[in-house]
Amino acid sequence: MSRIIWILAVLLSHWRRHPMQLATLLIGLISATALWSGVQALNQQARSSYDRAAAAFGGARTPMLAGKDGAAFPQRLFTDLRRAGWPVSPVVEGRLQIGGRSFRLLGIEPVTLPAEIGNAPAIGKGNSQAFIAPPGQTLAAPETLSELHEPEGASLLASNGASLPPLHVQPQLAPGVLVVDIGVAQRLLNMPDRISRLLVGPAKEPRLPLETVAGDRLRLVAADAESDLERLTDSFHLNLTAFGLLSFFVGLFIVNSAIGLAFEQRLPMLRTLRACGVSACLLNAVLLLELVTLALAAGIIGLVCGYLIAGSLLPDVAASLRGLYGAEIPGQLTLKPQWWIAGLAISILGALAAAAASLTKAARLPILVAAQPQAWQQQQRRWLVIQCGVALVVLIAAGGCLWFGDSLLSGFAVLAALLLGAALALPALLELALSLGQRSARDALVAWCWADSRQQLSGLSLALMALLLALAVNVGVGTMVETFSRTFITWLDGRLAADVYINASDDARANEIRAWLGQRPEVQAILPGGRAETEINGAPVEILGLPDHATYRDHWPLLRSANNAWVRLRPGDTGFVSEQLARRLNLAIGDHIDMPAPGGNWTLEIVGIYADYGNPKGQVAVNFAALTRRFPNIPRTRLGLRVAPGEIPALMSALQGKFGLDGRNLIDQATLKADSTRIFNRTFAVTTALNSFTLGIAGVALLTSLLTLSNSRLPQLAPLWAIGITRRQLASIEVLKTMSVALITTLLALPLGLLVAWCLIAVVNVKAFGWRLPFDVFPLQLLELVGVAMLAALLAALIPALKLSRMQPANLVKVFANER
Amino acid sequence: MNDRRLISRRVFTGGAALLGLRPRHSLAQGFAGLGEKADGFAAVVPGKIFSFPEDLGSHPDYRIEWWYITANLVDSSGAACGVQWTLFRQASKPGPEQQGWASQQIWMGHAAVTRMDLHRFSEKFARGGIGQAGVNAKPFEAWIDSWEMRGLNGLNDRTVAPLELTASGADFSYALRLGADRPLVLQGDGGYSKKSEREQASYYFSQPFFTATGRITIDGKPVEVSGQAWLDREWSSQPLASDQTGWDWFSLHLNTNEKLMLFRLRQNDGTDYASGNWISPAGTSEPIAPAQIKMTPTAFTATEARRLPTAWRIEIPTRGLAIETTALNARSWMGTSFPYWEGPIRFAGSHNGMGYLEMTGY
Amino acid sequence: MLSVRHLTKTYRAAGEQVAVLRGVNLEIAAGERVALTGESGSGKSTLLHLIAGLDRADGGDIRLADKLVGDLTDAGRAELRRDRLGLVFQQFNLIPSLNVEDNLAFQARIAGRHEPAWHAELVERLGLGHLLKRYPEQLSGGQQQRVAIGRALAVKPLLLLADEPTGNLDEATADQVLALTRDLVARTGCGFLMVTHSARLAATLDRQINLHAGLIA
Repeated sequence: MSRIIWILAVLLSHWRRHPMQLATLLIGLISATALWSGVQALNQQARSSYDRAAAAFGGARTPMLAGKDGAAFPQRLFTDLRRAGWPVSPVVEGRLQIGGRSFRLLGIEPVTLPAEIGNAPAIGKGNSQAFIAPPGQTLAAPETLSELHEPEGASLLASNGASLPPLHVQPQLAPGVLVVDIGVAQRLLNMPDRISRLLVGPAKEPRLPLETVAGDRLRLVAADAESDLERLTDSFHLNLTAFGLLSFFVGLFIVNSAIGLAFEQRLPMLRTLRACGVSACLLNAVLLLELVTLALAAGIIGLVCGYLIAGSLLPDVAASLRGLYGAEIPGQLTLKPQWWIAGLAISILGALAAAAASLTKAARLPILVAAQPQAWQQQQRRWLVIQCGVALVVLIAAGGCLWFGDSLLSGFAVLAALLLGAALALPALLELALSLGQRSARDALVAWCWADSRQQLSGLSLALMALLLALAVNVGVGTMVETFSRTFITWLDGRLAADVYINASDDARANEIRAWLGQRPEVQAILPGGRAETEINGAPVEILGLPDHATYRDHWPLLRSANNAWVRLRPGDTGFVSEQLARRLNLAIGDHIDMPAPGGNWTLEIVGIYADYGNPKGQVAVNFAALTRRFPNIPRTRLGLRVAPGEIPALMSALQGKFGLDGRNLIDQATLKADSTRIFNRTFAVTTALNSFTLGIAGVALLTSLLTLSNSRLPQLAPLWAIGITRRQLASIEVLKTMSVALITTLLALPLGLLVAWCLIAVVNVKAFGWRLPFDVFPLQLLELVGVAMLAALLAALIPALKLSRMQPANLVKVFANER
Repeated sequence: MNDRRLISRRVFTGGAALLGLRPRHSLAQGFAGLGEKADGFAAVVPGKIFSFPEDLGSHPDYRIEWWYITANLVDSSGAACGVQWTLFRQASKPGPEQQGWASQQIWMGHAAVTRMDLHRFSEKFARGGIGQAGVNAKPFEAWIDSWEMRGLNGLNDRTVAPLELTASGADFSYALRLGADRPLVLQGDGGYSKKSEREQASYYFSQPFFTATGRITIDGKPVEVSGQAWLDREWSSQPLASDQTGWDWFSLHLNTNEKLMLFRLRQNDGTDYASGNWISPAGTSEPIAPAQIKMTPTAFTATEARRLPTAWRIEIPTRGLAIETTALNARSWMGTSFPYWEGPIRFAGSHNGMGYLEMTGY
Repeated sequence: MLSVRHLTKTYRAAGEQVAVLRGVNLEIAAGERVALTGESGSGKSTLLHLIAGLDRADGGDIRLADKLVGDLTDAGRAELRRDRLGLVFQQFNLIPSLNVEDNLAFQARIAGRHEPAWHAELVERLGLGHLLKRYPEQLSGGQQQRVAIGRALAVKPLLLLADEPTGNLDEATADQVLALTRDLVARTGCGFLMVTHSARLAATLDRQINLHAGLIA
């Protein structure tokens, strides 16, 4: 044991003498672990909250019976089914306004609730009497309580004046969900003797066929191991994971170069150790031990950093998920022990992967140095050829994925293959560029510069590959985000055509408001609006009613439309579908869709497709009058107003005073636009943040590579110094060389980045979100990025160059005196 | 605290206990409910005039109530078997019955079939007020989910016959038709059944003269059965004394066509409160004084960490009765939310015959 | 103590077999100091490496401290080097990241036989007292080689093997280093086999062996 410790001490002494190298290694490992585990923490946080949501009494994890048209059905069906042997339990669900916020209210029946539903809240286990018997309980997640600023035991008052049972904390519940006894829910939601769905328990008793009991009023919905939210948000998390992985690999690039350099520098030490009687086996074991120890230390720091990163990104992630999918994620990060273990494991595995080449070399290390000719050139050429071949294969694979793939995963595969192929091809491309430069050089010093850059290539190529990847992804993501934000704002301008939006508390109130508005001269038009909910293929779909008015005809943006689309919309047998829905159902202009409606299916011919960014649900837009004919019960409380410019504030304050409307149900276009834009900017905040991290890490990779190279470059530089080039000149040449190599890399990164952007916009976005954006190039943004990259390269080159320019001549002389 | 404490006869008494699905835990709760005064609920007092069919129906003013059928049957191959069908009602709060989900009534059903080689059981819970479970007096119908005890056409209010009885679990089901030619029998003193030397008591009547025919299906294999059955109807608001820990209950069909109902309430201090009724073939019911009854366990069966007396010697010297009982299946354990032992027995000695034994609080 | 019999070694270089050793026989008694001379490429270093177990012979055998070096596994040969041999090379082969004190001690520490008294004596005899906290790169060649010799002798080996130990030193320093080595070898009583091409230095040892064309002349 003490032998191992002494050997370890000898190995570690290297780091003490080269703290910068150690720092590089640790920075690489820490950043790799931190970003990876940070992203994992975010994913885990989100998934566990989906679980909570799904577990909330009959998410998709339990088979259930639902009304044919998705509507509530008489409670009588519940008792009929029970008496026919069906182990069903009733659930009432609706939304309840409390203090201006909308909550999901679930009414459950704990006595019949299948016990298996319950990794869910522990209702029915011991305390259901308190839940059922007056005053009963309102179960809510701790987050919901703090959001409401109410203590446990408080009784909430709904906006409609009804009071809820006292609050009771139930940590397994998802935020934003309130659970009460079914009877209470029916009262609160004004659904007497009606039921939203029936959960089907696993009991296996003889039972009558469903049709015999319920006719065609109910349909069985099979259990789904994956919750709706999980499916919806999969793409988002895949997105996050992809970026986490990218950062992880860029981090490993650093680790790899640091370990590789350390290994080269420690070769004499390893040989001496062997000569002094350390067996190869023991030495390798201790090398491994050293690596694992370092990886563990870095892993722990990385995990802490990852936790901080996740914590700081969580609000944005939560906002994105809420905005995009309506998924509620608690704002407080809670992590399972598995996360810590997995983080440490990934750190160690990453370190092992990055060190694999060095460790293998060490394992095969002969004690005696064989006299081999310095054939770096041939070796490098051979490597370049092999690498180029691999790159070609990978790029062909990317093409294949693009051509044949039809999923988000294949989209990411295209991206990954594209980036990997480009990175692998980079050294060859650089070599080509440099040798062209060398050939065109007239001046001897310039020619030497080119040649020397070529020789440096093998040492720098990993860092340059990292830079290429980071830049390309930056260009890609930057272009996508910019494209999105521009498209979104234009779209919003068209969508928010009315000047003022009103949502009255009920139909009667809406009529009063409308009558009053009719007498106001500044009101140019009153545009009624309404929405109904239905399902197509089991997925919720919104039906939006559009009044037949010039405001819509002139402004409402359509991506594609048939001739005279607005005119054809009038009779009510045609509709526009949102882009997401069109993609999901593979619909085109002229196709027909069947939508369940109260009076039987409503068949619509599609005459237009419109963008509906950020809506998790599919949407169909129809004529408003037709909508109210087919869905007579929808509330007609929404009004849009066209108002003479300049009169808006006055009208709004008049409305506020007269009808007691406030910010929640009276809003002007500008505010609404600002709100929407703010929400959507957060959608890509995470992506942008991860992106910047990646670029930062790539900069560090470049810096560390140059630093490590600078030490071994003295033998190359000393002869130049000896023939009369000053240290300052040498330093400038070094900086220039680095900059030119970085510039070439950056220039190569630009087209690659645009390709990445195209992939993101045309493949990934379409699969992930259901919309396709127009592809634009933003030259200024590209220029800016080139600037940033060059700045990073300059910074990275400057430190070793400064070292060189201040180097004692004695050190340069030493090169000759003490040829290594 | 000893959680294997008495619930009532027929298991179901404790106020809030029913809703707790963890038996042990709720048992203690149930017992706590039991010790309470019958405040607000109707009290059981002597001298009640029973009226039918009204008293076949439920009595929501009282805290607890049950409809209880046990049947000793023989299948077509001559093998003995038993069937149990029970519906319990309990009110969590006194006062007028609330409508809909607000109803304070909770219902529980137990069903079992027992053979020498197996014992299958199932249980059901339901809230009152919505029709998932309940009892109608006329036309007579008691049900919980798909289980039913239903009066057939021409039901006689005095005999409560003919009846149809159905229940099913995951691995068994049965359907029996019950007939009777003699009227209902009042237990205790004219239907007032004392449960202790103090005021604990219940209203209690039986139909011990049912003949039964029908079909039992176990693991998908149906078999025709026939035999005799016994109905117990009992309701109360506070049937047990707080120091009573459990009981042993017999319903016996003597070969002489006489019937015997016996129970023994075990008390904390080791003494018992025993009682019973001797029912002549004509249906005349005479109470048996506690002092005349001697019930002694003779053999024990260990099941799931419990030790149960599954064989008994019963002596009633004034009636010249001295019999030894044995269980058809000593493992007739009802592993329901409130666990207890209930199964068919046979006896021999001064009298021969068969019956049912229920033991709680072990 | 050391017995080499019929040792052969062939290298493959540029597709051709080059027989470096062609049946070398050699005996060194305990405490004997032997110089191994010969022109460049005569196989001096190869012989030394084979004795140290740094390389494997093609034929013949090397018996060191009653062990056949050729039969040992890699771990066994490492153990032999660690516990029984001291090695000194022309390139000094110090560990650059350890200071003088740790460089001196580390083989003894790894071998588990670090003796503070002997360590102190070595420091004193080698005149390294004022250099203990320095790193190899801060030392002159002669100083570095003194550290290497100290390290090799810190384990009190049976045999000290030195491959041109003074090859990188000027004549005066070389003499001084070799004198120190002879003293210390005498002090520990270990055997000493030194490869050198210098007849002058070889003459200062007990016996000279000349290797010529793969054979002891």
